[in-house]
Amino acid sequence: MNNIKEGCMKPKLLNFESESTEIYPVEKFPSKTLEKAVEVFSSLPGVGKKTALRYVLHLLKEDAGTIENFSEVLQNLSNNIQHCKNCFNISDNPVCEVCSNPKREQEVICIVQDIRDVLAIESTMQYKGVYHVLGGLISPIDSVGPNDIKINELIHRLQTSRINEVIMALSTTMEGDTTNFYLFKKIKDFPVKITTLARGVAFGDELEYTDEITLARSITNRVPYENTLAR
Amino acid sequence: MYLKELSLFNFKNYSEAFFEFSEKANFFGGNNGIGKTNLLDAIYYTSFCKSFFNPIDSQNIQSEKDFFMLKGLYLKDGEESIVHCSIKRNQKKLFKLNKKTYERLAEHIGKFPLVMVSPADVLLILEGSETRRKFLDGIIAQSNKNYLDNLLNYNRALAQRNVLLKQMAASGRCDKESVFLWNEQLVKFGNPIYEARCEFIRDFIPIFRSYYSQISDINETVSLVYESMLLENNFTELLENAYSRDRAATHTTCGIHKDDMTFFINDFPVKKFASQGQQKTYLLSLRLAQAQYITEKLKMKPIILLDDIYDKLDDERLARLIAILVNDSFGQLFITDTHPQRIPQVFEKLQIPVKINILQASEV
Ligand SMILES: [Zn+2]
Repeated sequence: MNNIKEGCMKPKLLNFESESTEIYPVEKFPSKTLEKAVEVFSSLPGVGKKTALRYVLHLLKEDAGTIENFSEVLQNLSNNIQHCKNCFNISDNPVCEVCSNPKREQEVICIVQDIRDVLAIESTMQYKGVYHVLGGLISPIDSVGPNDIKINELIHRLQTSRINEVIMALSTTMEGDTTNFYLFKKIKDFPVKITTLARGVAFGDELEYTDEITLARSITNRVPYENTLAR
Repeated sequence: MYLKELSLFNFKNYSEAFFEFSEKANFFGGNNGIGKTNLLDAIYYTSFCKSFFNPIDSQNIQSEKDFFMLKGLYLKDGEESIVHCSIKRNQKKLFKLNKKTYERLAEHIGKFPLVMVSPADVLLILEGSETRRKFLDGIIAQSNKNYLDNLLNYNRALAQRNVLLKQMAASGRCDKESVFLWNEQLVKFGNPIYEARCEFIRDFIPIFRSYYSQISDINETVSLVYESMLLENNFTELLENAYSRDRAATHTTCGIHKDDMTFFINDFPVKKFASQGQQKTYLLSLRLAQAQYITEKLKMKPIILLDDIYDKLDDERLARLIAILVNDSFGQLFITDTHPQRIPQVFEKLQIPVKINILQASEV
């Protein structure tokens, strides 16, 4: 008989290495001011209490000038930043640098979700047209409907300026896809060419994370939007 | 493919434990509450990234501890793979394969296929349609990579559409255009799910019937019938026609999220007319067929976990079941019983080797 009878517990052979239980107690602060600062920093996306504390302690080590500079930059951010009245990109002036650049093709509009997409596309240096920043995607769960993003403003642009081409460059998430489709239905009767980025990236990939070469290629080789509708 | 070693740390009743397993059959005896089922659940975790019993990860952490960790060493085609799972309270679940963290847990599903057979299977008969859809989805997702993505996307679109319907009801405004926008997504992801389910049922029924007749000695015809509103209707039209109903109900009333299955023995529904013994045999056959289906699709034999299922199963059926499980179509076997001798005796009678572990309180 081959039955093996034995106790099955042994001291751990497979050890759990670095994933042990390091605990950083950051609940008790010696100062209310410090606590407040940590709280503010940790309200930033991706910053936990631990990282926030590291930032604050780092700032405390700097001289007064550095901190003053920091707060001035933040103040300016809230006082001086505006949105381009044309494309809703973030700008120092009523009309942004892209829209006011005479070398850019004003007849080609690239629709993006937010400024990060503008930065990503600009970094390829392959795009010569202008933008339209929607400022979000249709998503009832986030209480964002078609009227909460700059869709009517886009239609207004199409009605009032001479536009030849609209490029849909929203993320390929469920919400990006839905917003693309909504836009397409709204603008398909305008005499414009509607295209989209020719990317072979999977559903769910964000434009922001696409590498520069791939993005450069896809913004140069765009395809008619209708080709992507397998409905 | 088989699980060679498993370490547990603060998982349910295990503070710290290490197990080494046989490539074929492993038996775990011991009193109720000693942790036999928890051990199977830990194995289940390394395959599905979640507990079979408790979907809330943090509740599987030993009480008053901050985290649990599981580490499984699998052998697959002669190569070692280490699956590592750690859950800390209030933190994202961490899942690694060979030290590489998964960005999406869905990528792990199907890499180490597994079938759990448990007394809770009776819920497949007793509970509502959601339990049976989960059964379908669980099997298909292990063998069809797009299926889980389609399902996640479908559920996302469904959630968006339902929130919109509720927002409309609350504000009294009507936005048909926006609702229909989500129809597009439901159809886009729902149709391939429907097709995959139809195909699965077609392939599954003959396998299922064959196992039922192997375990049962009575000549009975068993069947399962897939029910979907999409069987006779175009999904787009269904959604369009249901608009006023959906508005009144403030949720989406038609689609593959309403699919169901009915189980039959000799054309009578199992739920109403089958004896407990028949139900047991029916459920076991479903699980065995599931394992066989996965083997055929993945060209890999899934691990089988059998948790205390022998109540209502006479010795003859039990012996037939074990004889089926240890033949070459099934993979590594984990089997628990409170009775320390009953299962080992069946193995002995069949002259099949089994690694016997009797769990005792001091070791847990
Ligand atoms: Zn501008």
